[in-house]
Order: sequence, then C-alpha cells, then structure tokens
Amino acid sequence: MAVLLIAEVAGGALAVDATAKALTAAKAMGDVTILVAGEGVADAGAAAATLDGAAKVLVADDAAYGHDLAENLADLVLSMAGDYSHIVAPSTATAKNAMPRIAALLDVMILSDVSGVVDADTFERPIYAGNAIQTVKSGDATKVITIRTSTFDAAGQGGSAAVESISGAGDKGLSSWVEDKLAESDRPELTSAGIVVSGGRGVGSEENFAMIEKLADKLNAAVGASRAAVDSGFAPNDWQVGQTGKVVAPELYVAVGISGAIQHLAGMKDSKVIVAINKDEEAPIFQVADFGLVADLFEAVPELTEKL
Amino acid sequence: MKVLVPVKRVIDYNVKVRVKADGSGVDLANVKMSMNPFDEIAVEEAIRLKEAGKADEIVVVSIGVKQSQETLRTALAMGADRAILVTAADDVHTDIEPLAVAKTLAKIVEEEAPGLVICGKQAIDNDMNATGQMLSALLGWGQATFASELEIDGDAAKVTREVDGGLQTISVKLPAVITADLRLNEPRYASLPNIMKAKKKPLDEKTAADYGVDTAPRLTIVKTGEPAAREAGIKVGSVDELVAKLKEAGAV
Repeated sequence: MAVLLIAEVAGGALAVDATAKALTAAKAMGDVTILVAGEGVADAGAAAATLDGAAKVLVADDAAYGHDLAENLADLVLSMAGDYSHIVAPSTATAKNAMPRIAALLDVMILSDVSGVVDADTFERPIYAGNAIQTVKSGDATKVITIRTSTFDAAGQGGSAAVESISGAGDKGLSSWVEDKLAESDRPELTSAGIVVSGGRGVGSEENFAMIEKLADKLNAAVGASRAAVDSGFAPNDWQVGQTGKVVAPELYVAVGISGAIQHLAGMKDSKVIVAINKDEEAPIFQVADFGLVADLFEAVPELTEKL
Repeated sequence: MKVLVPVKRVIDYNVKVRVKADGSGVDLANVKMSMNPFDEIAVEEAIRLKEAGKADEIVVVSIGVKQSQETLRTALAMGADRAILVTAADDVHTDIEPLAVAKTLAKIVEEEAPGLVICGKQAIDNDMNATGQMLSALLGWGQATFASELEIDGDAAKVTREVDGGLQTISVKLPAVITADLRLNEPRYASLPNIMKAKKKPLDEKTAADYGVDTAPRLTIVKTGEPAAREAGIKVGSVDELVAKLKEAGAV
C-alpha cells in the first residue's frame, strides 16, 4: 500500500505536531510519501524529511498553493493520486476544506476525522459530536482520510527521506486570497499545547478573559474557550474547543466557568488530567473532571495563578 | 440571482443520543428531529441576501426520508420560496452519504441553475463536513467553506472563513458553493402566520432515481459503539488542595 500524506503548512513552515501525528496514523496503512505544498516551502520540505517514517518527500513550491485554496490543492493532489491507495491529512481547517473536494473528484467517499485505524480499509471515527464511535469499512479504490490528531502520538525525528520537487497545474483562478487575520501569539498552539486553560460563559466578558490568559501564561499554556464564550464575543473563534472547533488532548486541561455541553466535551475529554472550576456543582463538566473545584472563578482563578 | 440551500433532517441537537445495545447504530425511532443547525444558518443567510436585494428566489432541497418534508416546511416558514424533496430512503436510520447527496444536488443545480449554493458546514449526525466541498468539486465551481461573513460583490463573493489561526478572507467567483459556520448569523424563528403560509408554498416531490443517482453507500458500517467512558474524579475543597493534587499527579 502506498500512502500520500499531505503535510500541514502554516505560514510557509511545517506544522510539525499535526503532520507528525497524522504520519503515525498513515504509517499503519502503508509506505508514506509526504507532500508539502505551499509557497516558499523548501525548509518545510526539509523538516518533513526528518520525520521518522517518511519514505519520500515531494515539495510543490508555487504561489498557487500559498494560501490553502482548496481548488488548487485538490487539482495538484488529483494529478498524482493514481500512485496511491490512501490519501491522508491531519484534520486541520485546510484539510477539511480540500480533502472532501479531492474525494469527490476521485468519485470516492471521504473518511473524516478518523480516530482509529483498524486495518488498511477499516477505520473508527466519532459521530454525533463524539457520542458514538462508528467503525466503517471502505470499499473505494482510493481512501481519502482526515485524521483526528488528538488520538495519535506524534512520529519522532531522525528520518532522512529523499526530497523531490514537483510542479502542478498552478492557479485554477476559481478563488483568490484577499487577506488573513491571524492571531499573533507567543503562547503554544492550541492543538499541540501540553497544557490548555479554557474559559466559558461563566467568565462573563472579554475583559475578564484576561484572568484566564494570566493563568495560562503562568502555566505556559494555550488558551481555549467554549462555544458559548466565542458566540458571546468573549474570545476569538480560533480558540474554540469542541466538536465543531478544535479537538485537543493535552496533559492538563483546565476548564474555567464551562458547564460542559456535550459538544465541548467532545473536544477535550481525551485530555490526560482535567480540572474544572465552576460555581454550579451540578455542571456536567464535573462528570469528566479528575479534580473539580466548586467555587467562584473570580476568586479561585487569581488564587490558583498566584499559588502555582 | 437564485440561491439553492440544501437542508438535512437530523436528530434535534438537544436530544441525548442513545447508541443501540446491539451496535447497529444510534436509536432514531420516536426521537425529536429538527433541521441541522448549520443548515438553519445557511437558510437564514439566503433569506438575508433576498432581503438585501441580492437574491430573488430561494430554493431549499432535502435528500433523505419522506419525513424530511417537515424540515423543508420549516425552511419555507423561515422565508424560502419553494422546496424540492428527494426521497432516497424509507428507514429513518438510513443516512445518505455526502457523495450521493452531492451527486443528486449537482443534478438539481444543473436544472435550477442557481447563482449560489449555501450549505451548512457539517451535519451534526454523521459529522462528515463534506457535502458542500463535494458538490463544488462535481460542478467544477469554486468553494468558500466555514464562512463567518458573506458579501456579494458583482460576479464574486467575498467570504471571511474561520480557519485554524483566525480568519481568512477570500474572493470566490460565482456561481460557487459556500458553507456556513456558526458565526455567520443567528437564524430567525418562524412566526405562526409564516408557518401557516409555508403550507401553501410549492414543494416538489422527487426520488433519487429521477436523477439517476446511485445512493448505495460506499462505506459499510461495521459497528457503532459507545465512546470510552471517562470516570469522574474527586471534588477538592480549596485552591490549596487543588494545587497539592496537581503536584501529586505530576500535572504541573
């Protein structure tokens, strides 16, 4: 079996954590070739070559792939799809955008958000916001798969795969990039952080979120938020943890003022240690928390920040 | 411009999902069903385009069991103009896969020639997040997924998308497929007079065979199980105790 793994590239650099975790899943399906597509991605290609388990790295360096436009990326992958039995990518916004398009062009179904690889044709994936896990067997000639990275360990370093340049058809001209408004932050990236501190509706306002950020900075943690907090405008959309936001599984997850709606739990319940701080002792978050503190978060969070 | 909005009938998002003990799936018999929440946002966005004079007709489509007619009536009550029901299954437990849905929609798009298709970004039952992208691929159109802002600008749409690091704005040539994310709008409730009026709006009944689409699944469901349960831990009495426990567990 030959597997094509589409690397996650962010700002021209390899997103090592997401790519290395998807690589672990891909290795269970066959020999892996990594595709690095983007603009100015020579270094990203070199970084991908050091991942343990990659047989080969293909680099498509072209302005057409610089802004993750799905139409251009899909055409590139389609042009090389005949050589592979599996096309795999981590479940990032870029892959969620492009992979179903690739699947449809190949006349195959997509396997979204795969959380387990049973064998080369059979996969586990969460459905109903993680309330059920479905095992499905694909009869399609090519398997197009996105990987829920939180359930796989990252592949290590130490590889030395050959790097080859390739070119694609370039810009299809169906869509064009206008601008990015990306958060500038020194904090760890949410999906790969070792510790995540998240705030919910209970935090009450955007100003009060500073308290969550302060605790996060003390712990060198990433900041997350519940959907309720994002919908209320307390936190930006890219902080949202949950079934329709980001799925995280850090060593420590601290949920502050989060009640624990099912869709939020789906995004964090694989965390190793979960702490919940909430004044409502009946909040469902306590059913998954290792350590629950029933307290007013406005007193408990500053105290915790000071004492850690 | 005509806007086409596909809508799906799914388990109501407030209903607790029960996995059947025999592993055959999720129990949907006698369970409250509603329009997929992301599709409600898509319908609302189409209505707002019409109210702003950017769209002149809204056609809603549902592909699934006959009962999806109720979902279409909800969309009509919100403000869509007419509906197409494509019956493709008899059993409420049969989920038509996104690829088959996209193929059927592509045939309908050929007939209806809309200038824009707005889909919900994902259905809350199978969580595939695929139909819009697949439809766009089959039509050879551009796509703008996970939209949080939409502006029609001549023969293009300017779309702000929710991406991993924040927001990305792209311009996509029309016709195009756009998929709605949570922050695009807040859908309206249908008023009682509009619910009554919706009963008289046209609803065309078709079958998947009318469009010559094979809806046989590509994925065989081997089993459906409960996720691994996580056991509740302990309640601590103070911040000091919490800090001590975290240190003991090696978490900080």
